[in-house]
Formats: sequence, structure tokens, C-alpha cells
Amino acid sequence: MKEGIFLVHLILFEKKFNMKDKFYRNIKNPGILWALFIVLFFGCNNMESINKELYKVPDEKEGNKKTEKAIEYAVEAPPFSDGIFPCTDCHANFPPKPERRELVEWHDDISAIFDHDSENRWCLDCHDLNNRDSLKLASGKLLDFKESYKLCGQCHGEKLRDWKVGVHGKRTGEWNGRKEYLLCVHCHNPHSPKFEELKPEPPPVRQEDIK
Amino acid sequence: MNFIRFITGSIRIIFRGSKTYYAWLILLLLLILWGGSGYYGQITHGLISTHMRDSVSWAFYIGNFTFLVGVAAAAVMLVIPAYIYDWKPIKEIVIFGELLAVCAVIMCISFIIVDIGNPLRFWHMLPLIGTMNFPSSMLSWDFFVLCIYLLINLFVVTYLLYCIFYKKEYNKSIVLPLVLISIPMAVAIHTTTAFLYNALPGRIFWNSALLAPRFLASAFCSGPAILLILFQILRKTTKFEIKDEAIWKIAELMVYAMFIYLFFTIAELFKEFYSGTEHILYWKYLLFGIGDHKEIVPYSWSSIIMGCIAFILFLIPKTRRNFLTLNIGAFLIYGSVYVEKGIALIIPAFTPDVLGQTYVYTPSMTEIRTAVMVFSLGFLLFTFLSKIAIAIVFEDYNIDSLNPKRSIK
Amino acid sequence: MKKENSRRSFIKNISLATFSALALSGCDMKAFDAFLQKNFKTLSKNEKDSIIKNLEIKYKEKYGKEFHVSDKPAIEGTLFGYALDLSKCVGCRRCVYACVKENNLSRDPQIHYIEVLQMEKEKGIDFAHSTAQYNPEKVPEKGYFYVPVQCQQCRKPQCVTVCPVKATWQEPDGIVVVDYNWCIGCRYCMAACPYGARHFNWGEPDVPAEELNTEMHYLGNRPRMKGVVEKCTFCIQRAREGKYPACVEICPVGARKFGNLLDPDSEIRYILENKRVLVLKQELNFQPKFYYFFGS
Repeated sequence: MKEGIFLVHLILFEKKFNMKDKFYRNIKNPGILWALFIVLFFGCNNMESINKELYKVPDEKEGNKKTEKAIEYAVEAPPFSDGIFPCTDCHANFPPKPERRELVEWHDDISAIFDHDSENRWCLDCHDLNNRDSLKLASGKLLDFKESYKLCGQCHGEKLRDWKVGVHGKRTGEWNGRKEYLLCVHCHNPHSPKFEELKPEPPPVRQEDIK
Repeated sequence: MNFIRFITGSIRIIFRGSKTYYAWLILLLLLILWGGSGYYGQITHGLISTHMRDSVSWAFYIGNFTFLVGVAAAAVMLVIPAYIYDWKPIKEIVIFGELLAVCAVIMCISFIIVDIGNPLRFWHMLPLIGTMNFPSSMLSWDFFVLCIYLLINLFVVTYLLYCIFYKKEYNKSIVLPLVLISIPMAVAIHTTTAFLYNALPGRIFWNSALLAPRFLASAFCSGPAILLILFQILRKTTKFEIKDEAIWKIAELMVYAMFIYLFFTIAELFKEFYSGTEHILYWKYLLFGIGDHKEIVPYSWSSIIMGCIAFILFLIPKTRRNFLTLNIGAFLIYGSVYVEKGIALIIPAFTPDVLGQTYVYTPSMTEIRTAVMVFSLGFLLFTFLSKIAIAIVFEDYNIDSLNPKRSIK
Repeated sequence: MKKENSRRSFIKNISLATFSALALSGCDMKAFDAFLQKNFKTLSKNEKDSIIKNLEIKYKEKYGKEFHVSDKPAIEGTLFGYALDLSKCVGCRRCVYACVKENNLSRDPQIHYIEVLQMEKEKGIDFAHSTAQYNPEKVPEKGYFYVPVQCQQCRKPQCVTVCPVKATWQEPDGIVVVDYNWCIGCRYCMAACPYGARHFNWGEPDVPAEELNTEMHYLGNRPRMKGVVEKCTFCIQRAREGKYPACVEICPVGARKFGNLLDPDSEIRYILENKRVLVLKQELNFQPKFYYFFGS
């Protein structure tokens, strides 16, 4: 705006003092005029935009791309109950039994609550028969307990994809750096995954009761 | 020197009067003290001593503010018909109308001061020393036009009184343009106040294009009512001459305004109740209550009934010409518009609130006391200023009466 | 002559009295300076530093703890966005109280930045028939779903437009903030906000000293005073240090997501691209940066 007005004045000024005048012959050269104009244009714009720069909302394309892409997921340690791991401490001492049955002597607490597709599956569909310190995928590949998410992801692929990006699950860590990942089993009991209902925190004080 | 003598002379005039006058002053003083102690409680504890809460964050104070803006606007609007119908005492009408406008605007500003959380920080609203958010914020627009309106009216009234006091002819080229400007300014202040509410799409109740026109129509109903009564008092107590026809003309103009207001209200009601969208909720709360919450139903219906009775009283020429029914009508319309602006405009916009929760608001004792204090202070100011104005205009209180020796020269 | 003398001596006495009063009240100059403090946006770096130093001293005197008040500006190239998974929220309100602790919200009179609404599944998102006062033994209740509402950090915030003193504005990283020392408490912003996100300190806010969070931001969770408006700032004291807001971290079901909208690899962008997203009161065109979605 300012530059425009200045330029108009300059042009009118130039016309008023016609070209015969010695002094104005020097600035008759349009190059100088344009140089002046450009200097003023950028100069004035800079002046005006000092304040604007502070509060300019960045354009989408100028994004800050510092989110670390995780290749291996650094997860918290699996939530074993005391003494339960390594499994081979006990299971090395007796032969494995592959038949499906109700567990009575040991792990009966798990058996009692087990309802993770219990109609079609049981313990040895996820736990390897011969390597009790490992889980196993459907292909037979063995899996460390630290990577149990890959096992869950066989059936719950969409959840696994969401979890990898950070969209599924409790979110802690840094939004522009390292996210902290939990294993599926930190929140979902693999043997009875459905969440229990929670006791809610108290409702807000009614505004009529704020004195 | 003259000025100090003017001040002392005026003080003498203010405190001289009949027994009724003293009774009025003492009543106002008592109300101010009672109200002031209520306001003191608000200053110490904060606005929590009102019944406003997050859901209903604007209530009684802002309602009173809106009503008084209407009075301030309408007081000056009488100047137009005074010119058109060539009423004799045009100068007096201008003076008293503008005095009323000045007092009303001061009351408006007082209501804002008692309403905001940090009154001492009001200077943040000023342009150079604070950061006024002009032209984005309607509130800064409102502040701006109210200040200009106050200054114009104050200047005209003091200049006219000054000229009469010093027995000089007032300079028409100064006064006339200012008075003429004050008329669109009067429309401006009330429209800006209406736009204050209209600017918020989140508040469905206020999101009607008719809000600003309804404001103006109701202002023209209520403002002249005060002047109607005031002129009759002045006629009885001073040399103020105004013909009956002029008073009846004011009443007739009010009928037009009331009719337009009635029509606008019917239009609003049709729009909501015929289509029956969820937006009807707010009008429903106002007129019928929601569930068990029927708190402001009596207020809204009393406002409607009072307004209708006043309309009929003013419409029928016989009752318009009878001064008893005329005055009853004036009080009724004033009360109707007061209840409507004070409560029926603000509260339904916040009940139920934006997240659907209902918080029932009724004014607390603190709010009522503070409002009484502001109104009493305003009435007191208007009484004093009118007394001085009456003395100057009708009772020859002028430079000669101050300096009796002067006239000998 | 006598009159003029008396006038002169009167003026002399008055001016002497004024100056001595001002001098004697020299100890109140700090309060005087605080009263005249300018709008935060217009302050220079030095002024900001001295104000913050004085604040930290004042808080230490009042609460007896070491405070750290930051005035860290927005990180370059960030625009914060938030997403909430309506299929996961169980209405446990742990986010509400985590926010109360993190942001030093007043306990009495109670202020909550987050309001959780219980709505019927059959009716869908229907504010008129919702309730914030639900209090069953266990949540979630059958047949209901839960919608927590807090400041939506709109792209076109009307609260910013209507503030008469420019006490509230949108920072470059998209957070709408309030300068508590500038707000006059007119509450126009509260009338303007269609999400009920802004809260007023009707009385003197009360935060127990032992529960105070000492990591503060000038525009965020520093102790407020009576008569000013406050609101959710996406935990500006945490977000600008790269951390998640308190409500995101505490949610036990992982319903809350937060990130930088300008980063194409962030989880918030993933949600916008892959999930079914909606915003509340979309027809008002305030363009919130708080999205609701159905993850499953």
C-alpha cells in the first residue's frame, strides 16, 4: 500500500518536472526508479511484518519432521508376575503334554478366567509346546515375550498398525521424539483381554453448590 | 472565581427544596448505602458473591447495562419529533433528554465496572496506553461509541446551560450539528450493543437477525416513557410549558414503536415454534420452562402482559389522552422492557449452556443490592443535574443572580 | 495579597503531601509496577525476564517452594492437534483430575478444564440430552458413550476476536493463551466460546501448597488470581518441552492422541488420514484442532 502510493507520487513528480531538467534526467533512467521501488517494497514489508512474523501460523508444508520413526519398538518389560519367568525353571522338569485340557493343579487361575476365543483356542496355540520361554506365531516361528505384539498382531492387524504409529494404546513419551511404547499385554490381559469396568472419579461440583 | 461561585451556588440549589424533595434524597441515600455495603462484599470476596457461574457468565448486571443503553438512546431520539412537530420547548427537551442520556450512559459504565473481574484494569481498554482490540471486538466498539455519545451529550448540555447561565446566545453552528450527530449516535450505541450479542454464533438464542431491530424498537418504547413522566412533573413544578398535544404525540410515537416490537416478537416466535428445531430449547426455557426448571417463566410472561396492556392503553385514543391511564401505561411499558432486557434477553441465551447442561440462575442479594446502588446513584445524579438545569432554565439562576453588584455597572 | 499567599501556600502544602505520600509508599512501588505491567505481547525480552523473576520470588514467598516459570516461545514449525477416540473413552474422568493437578486448578471454587459428557448411544452426539453429572458405580454404563470436551484450540477462535483488550491470542503453535495479568475479567470470551472451554475465577482460587506443580509457563499453569479467565492450554508447559499433555498421558484406555499437525509422520496426521474424524459444532466454522474419531 505504502509503496504503491509512493510510486504513484514518484511518477507524477517525474511528469511534473519534465525531462529537460538536468537533475531529473538522472533519475529518468527507469532502472533507478525500479531499484528505489524494490528497496522500498521489501523494506516496508519487512517493517510491517515484524509483528506478523511472530504470530504467523506456519503453513502446513513447513512442518517440523522430527518424529522418530521406530524400527524396533523399545517397550517396557513384559509384566510377568513374580517368579513366573523363566518358564523352563519348572517346565524343564516334566514332559510336555500337547492335548487340550482344563488346567487344575497349576495355572488354574489363568484357566478359570480364560476367554480369549476360548472356543477355538487354548494355551498351546500361543505358547510353544517345546520352548516354554517363547511364544509362537502361526507359522511356527518362535517369538520372545518382549515381541509379543507381533503375536497379537496376527489376528489384530489393524490394532498393530495403529499401535506402531502410536495411535493405539496409552501414549507417553515425546510427541516429537521417542515415544514410549507399552506391550499389548501391559493393558490387555492376554488370557482375558476385555477391560474391566472402572470406578469413575467424582463428578464436577454442581455450579449451584459453588459458594 | 465565577466558576467556584457557580459551584457553591449550585450546591445551595441542590440542597434547597420541598419536603418531598428531601424525602426523595434521603430515600436515595439510604438505598445507596444499603446497596453500597452489598457491593463492598462483592469487592472483597469477588464475583462469587453473585450467582453468576461459568454456565451463566453474563446476567443481571449486563441486563441492566443493556436496558440503560436503550434508555440513553431513546432519550435523545425525542429530539427528532420535537423538530418535526415543532414543539415549542425544543431547547428544554434537548437539555433534559440529553441530561437523561448522560446519566444513563454513566450508569451503563458503572454497571460494566461492577461486572468485570478487575475494574482497576479498565485502562487496558484504552487505545494508546492499553491495547484496544478495535475493530475486531464488538465490546471495544461499544466502549468507543458510548464514550463518544457521552462526550457529545455532555458537551451540548453544558454548553447550552453555560450560555443560558451567562445570558448569551448559543452558537447554533456548534450545537445544531452536534445534536444532529447525536441522533444517529443514539441509534449507533443501541445497535452496537445489540451486535455485541449478535456477534456470537455459539449462542443460538441471540443468533437472530432481528435482534438489533428488536433492541431499537424496545428502546423507543421505554426511553420516552421516562421523559413522559418527567415532563409532567416539570410542568407541575416549574415554568416548563409543554402542550398536552406534545405529550400525546410522544405516546402516539411510542405506540408505533410498540407495534413494531410486537410484530418482531411474533416473527421470532413463528420462526422457532413453527419449525420446532432443537434451537427452540432457549425460547422454550424462557416461556414454558424445561422440565422442572421454570424459574424465569413468571418474568417473561409478566413482561409480555405488561407490554400488551401498555400497548392497548396507548393505542386507544381515549386512554391515551387520560393522564391517569397514560402514566399507568408508561410505568407498565418501562417495567415490561426492563424485565425483558434485564432477564428475558440474557438468561435464556445461557440456559441451557453450550454443552447442554442447565444451571438455574436467579440474581443474588449482592447483585440486587449493587444494582440498586447504581440506579440510586444515577437517579441522584439526574436529580441534582435536573435541579441545577431547572434553576438555570426556568428560575433565572444565572450570572446576574450570583453577582448582584454586576448588574449595577 | 492575603488570598494569593494562602493559595500559594495551599498548593505548596498539597504538593509536599503528595510527594511524601508517594515516597513513604516506596515499598509499594512493586505493586505499582505490577499494576502498570503491559500486555505480554508488547513486552521486551528484558521486561519479560524481570517479570518472571519477580513472579518466582513472589510464589516462593507465598508457597515456600522453588518455582520455575518458563516463557518459552512456540517451537518452529509446530501446530498442535489433538484427537480423541470416542470408541475407547469410558468416562472414568482420570483426565479431568490429572489436568487439575498438572495445571494447578483451583480446588475450591472448583475449576475443571475438561468436562466429560455422558450421551446415549441411540441419540448420538446430542448436547441437549447429555449429562456431566453421571456417577454410577462403574463406567462405562451400558447404552452410553462418553464425550470429554475441553478447549478445542480453534483455528478461528472467536474468543480471541471478541476480547476487548487483546488479553487472549493464538500463539504460532496454535495454542490459544491468556495473559492473566492483562485480563480485565469482562467474560465476553466466555459468552463467545461455544464449547464452554473458558473458565472464570469467581473467587480467589485455592490450590493446596503441597499439591502445586512447580514447573510452570507464564501463559499456562502459573497460579491465577481472582477475576481472570483461564483455559486449557494443551499443557503449554509440557508441550513446548516435547512432552504430552497430562490428559494424554493419564488416559488408561489410550483414547487421547496429540501431536504436530505439520509433521506428516505424527500420529495425529495418521488419525486424520485413516480414521473417521469429526469435530463438534462444525457448522459454526471455528475449525477446531481437537478432533473426535471412532477408532474401532
